[in-house]
Amino acid sequence: MANFIDRRLNSKNKSTVNRQRFLRRYKNQIKKSVTDAVNERSVTDINSGESIIIPKKDLSEPTFHQGDGGIKDRVHPGNDQFSTGDKIPRQPKKQGQGAGEGDASDNGEGEDDFTFSISKEEYLTLLFEDLELPNLEKNQLDKLIQYKTVRSGFCAEGVPANIDIVKSLQGSIARRIAMTSSKRKHLKALEEELLILSNDKYDNIQQKRRLIAEINDLKEKIAKVPFIDTFDLHFRNYAKQAVPTSKAVMFCLMDVSGSMDQATKEMAKRFYILLYLFLSRTYSNIDVVYIRHHTQAKEVDEEEFFYSQETGGTIASSALTLMNDIISERYDDNQWNIYGAQASDGDNWADDSPRCQSILEQHILPKSRYFSYIEITQRAHQTLWQHYKHVEDSHSNFAMQHIKSVADIYPVFRALFKKNTHNAA
Amino acid sequence: MKHNNEAIKNTKVTPLNDTPDWTFDLLKQYQHEIARVADFYRLDTYTNQIEVITAEQMMDAYASVGMPIGYNHWTFGKKFIQTEQNYKRGQMGLAYEIVINSSPCISYLMEENTLTMQALVMAHACYGHNSFFKGNYLFKSWTDASSIIDYLLFAKNYIAQCEEKYDISDVEATLDACHALMSHGVDRYKRPQKISLDEELKRQSERAEYLQSQVNALWRTVPKKAQLDNEAKYQFPSEPQENILYFIEKNAPLLQPWQREIVRIVRKISQYFYPQKQTQVMNEGWACFWHYTILNHLYDEGLVTDKFMLEFLHHHTNVVAQPEYNSKYYSGINPYALGFNMFIDIRRICEHPTEEDKEYFPDIAGSNWVDTLHFAMENFKDESFISQYLSPKLIRDFKLFHIHDDSDKDYVEIGAIHNKQGYQKVRQQLASQYNLSNIEVNIQVIDANIDGDRALTLRYTPHNGVALGKSKNEVLKHLHYLWQFDVKIIQATESGKDNVIASCPPQTKDE
Repeated sequence: MANFIDRRLNSKNKSTVNRQRFLRRYKNQIKKSVTDAVNERSVTDINSGESIIIPKKDLSEPTFHQGDGGIKDRVHPGNDQFSTGDKIPRQPKKQGQGAGEGDASDNGEGEDDFTFSISKEEYLTLLFEDLELPNLEKNQLDKLIQYKTVRSGFCAEGVPANIDIVKSLQGSIARRIAMTSSKRKHLKALEEELLILSNDKYDNIQQKRRLIAEINDLKEKIAKVPFIDTFDLHFRNYAKQAVPTSKAVMFCLMDVSGSMDQATKEMAKRFYILLYLFLSRTYSNIDVVYIRHHTQAKEVDEEEFFYSQETGGTIASSALTLMNDIISERYDDNQWNIYGAQASDGDNWADDSPRCQSILEQHILPKSRYFSYIEITQRAHQTLWQHYKHVEDSHSNFAMQHIKSVADIYPVFRALFKKNTHNAA
Repeated sequence: MKHNNEAIKNTKVTPLNDTPDWTFDLLKQYQHEIARVADFYRLDTYTNQIEVITAEQMMDAYASVGMPIGYNHWTFGKKFIQTEQNYKRGQMGLAYEIVINSSPCISYLMEENTLTMQALVMAHACYGHNSFFKGNYLFKSWTDASSIIDYLLFAKNYIAQCEEKYDISDVEATLDACHALMSHGVDRYKRPQKISLDEELKRQSERAEYLQSQVNALWRTVPKKAQLDNEAKYQFPSEPQENILYFIEKNAPLLQPWQREIVRIVRKISQYFYPQKQTQVMNEGWACFWHYTILNHLYDEGLVTDKFMLEFLHHHTNVVAQPEYNSKYYSGINPYALGFNMFIDIRRICEHPTEEDKEYFPDIAGSNWVDTLHFAMENFKDESFISQYLSPKLIRDFKLFHIHDDSDKDYVEIGAIHNKQGYQKVRQQLASQYNLSNIEVNIQVIDANIDGDRALTLRYTPHNGVALGKSKNEVLKHLHYLWQFDVKIIQATESGKDNVIASCPPQTKDE
């Protein structure tokens, strides 16, 4: 007796719960692995999962088992050279020694790492766990509106260039059929009558003449129906439609002077990743421009942005000026949604701070959707912060935040979204 | 290829279809024929429930260590991730089959197997393992095939309820602790009673209350009447307890009722798997013997084609291959190879005994092989099976040799080889290698000090002087979690004095 059951269509992920339990259990190790991974991956790489490495010893489940020493008796197959009583010197520490087999694998295991992959969602959740991501579905960023002309049916009037030939000729045919059909029917009847008469054995000359005259008259009338009439003409109609542009550019500005250490930069990197993530939910293509500065600003690639070390003083306005230049050169503010994010430890040349304020207020903020400034420092604020404070008071698309730890990053985004719900209301 | 002479009837038979792709109709045809042959050889089985699953589901089944319904725990997630990783990297193939000791007996067929493989798996699992589960004395006395699925379901639901009622972390910690002690949750020397699911459910709630009251009584702090001091000090437990989990379940002072139930669940599951640990060689050997014999029988009848047989033999040979000790593929004795060859050998001794066989096996030489095989399957476990049936011929075929490894000496010694002087010793050593009480550590609860600080003392009795493995301190932490008072392990030194080898919380050395 046997029953066959096809279980292939049953739910597949029976182990999903256990997998989640596993991730939960090893959250600390996994988070560490994720944190390490952040430093190695690009800001814009948010669509892939991450492979996680945990030392195997952290995962082992202990049981009582036999250890080293004592007397061990083992039987092995394939004797090819031994006789009873042979004494074989021990080989150096458990290498290929049959008797030491258990230990060899134990030692081997200890050094392996346990590697596995987590999905994009799991990765992001772990990465931003301390940040309590707001509900991205509900909060949509404002988008720059552009207009696009789209076809919207046909109309009777328009410029000759917009004449739709096919549609117009279709109208013409219809009109001609409609206007001549009764005449054609009559004509056909008359022609048949004429045929009957001509086959008749009598000469019905009178009748024939009348019929022919009538036929000619009808033909003439049919021919007079115009091939095309203004009535037939159809013009393509266009309407303007509002489309939010899906292009955005994100400027990452960072102070790379000597006072910025790697830990600070990595905190800034989180901030940039988060911003990029938020923007990517709204915009389909995003350019990222990296500008680093000390006393001079320079546009660089990501690698250099985060990992090259510079020394020297700080002139923040240089970066803002460069950003403004790049905007006017490459990113027309009518087509691009411009976002700026500046990270600094607050150090700036004192005389430069008012300049920063004025560049922001006069040039950058009018063109930008949003500009955020984060100051990562444990010390008291300096002039830059104070001048930016004025900017924040007078501009709604500017936010600033003092960050001491990763957890402080989130309020910047809260501010961003709060502003938006106001606009929507 | 061995021929089964009685079975051959040279009438014209149409062979079964041997396309690689299986269909349910073809599976049924093969199953029907295999069942017929199995019946011919008097294989008594539970009803088969054959489930076709995908590779991913097979990994799920793998991860839950063969329990069709498992409670949720991270360790199964870990196993799943490991299996998945290895499989994806191509480091391992999936098992062809998984079979569950239950009634009806559930076997899994993997979707991507060829028809030949499915037939092999059906003969192996549905008739080989299945009849072993039903016939072997260990399975009969330790497991109850008809209630295991229900019990696992009960366990899953109960643990899920606990997670809702209490904290997931607490449930997890309790399970972790129990898992660490899982192999010490079995009564090795007692036979368990069977109970049905209904009883189990009924008893469960009563037990929870009752147990707590008992524990409370045990730990009552009201002073007793002053007992005579010269009376022997009251020892609890009165005898050493080898079943640590059982001891915890019944006696741990501060466990919550639900925690006791979880301890019990883990203990029961451990007990369910206990016979499988002790019969690996026999169980796999029996299944291999029957898939080999049944399919050859079908071949002799002309029901399966040469093409089918070639593919089958290819898989079969891989399964029962035994690499030699100096091969890079060697990782101990392959239970499939040893078991299969032993059953084949027993059949040979019955059918074609040599003088040597008559000397070594006077009882079975020349007897009816089907009777003898069934008797062997029903009444032995690996250890006794090997010491009873390992023949000199097989020792020669495997070229078995014995290594005596004393860590005090700087050499290892060959104790015996495959010659006349060595047969007995090799057989005896190989048998003891499968004796669970030699493999698993002997550690027992000897004292719970109920009148004092409630400290729990366990004694480790080494086998052949082998020390307790390094993880003992970690395990002790888990035991401490359950007991919640000091726990320690002692071991007698050569002079006879007891030495504390591990304790939790850790004690200073000079104590």
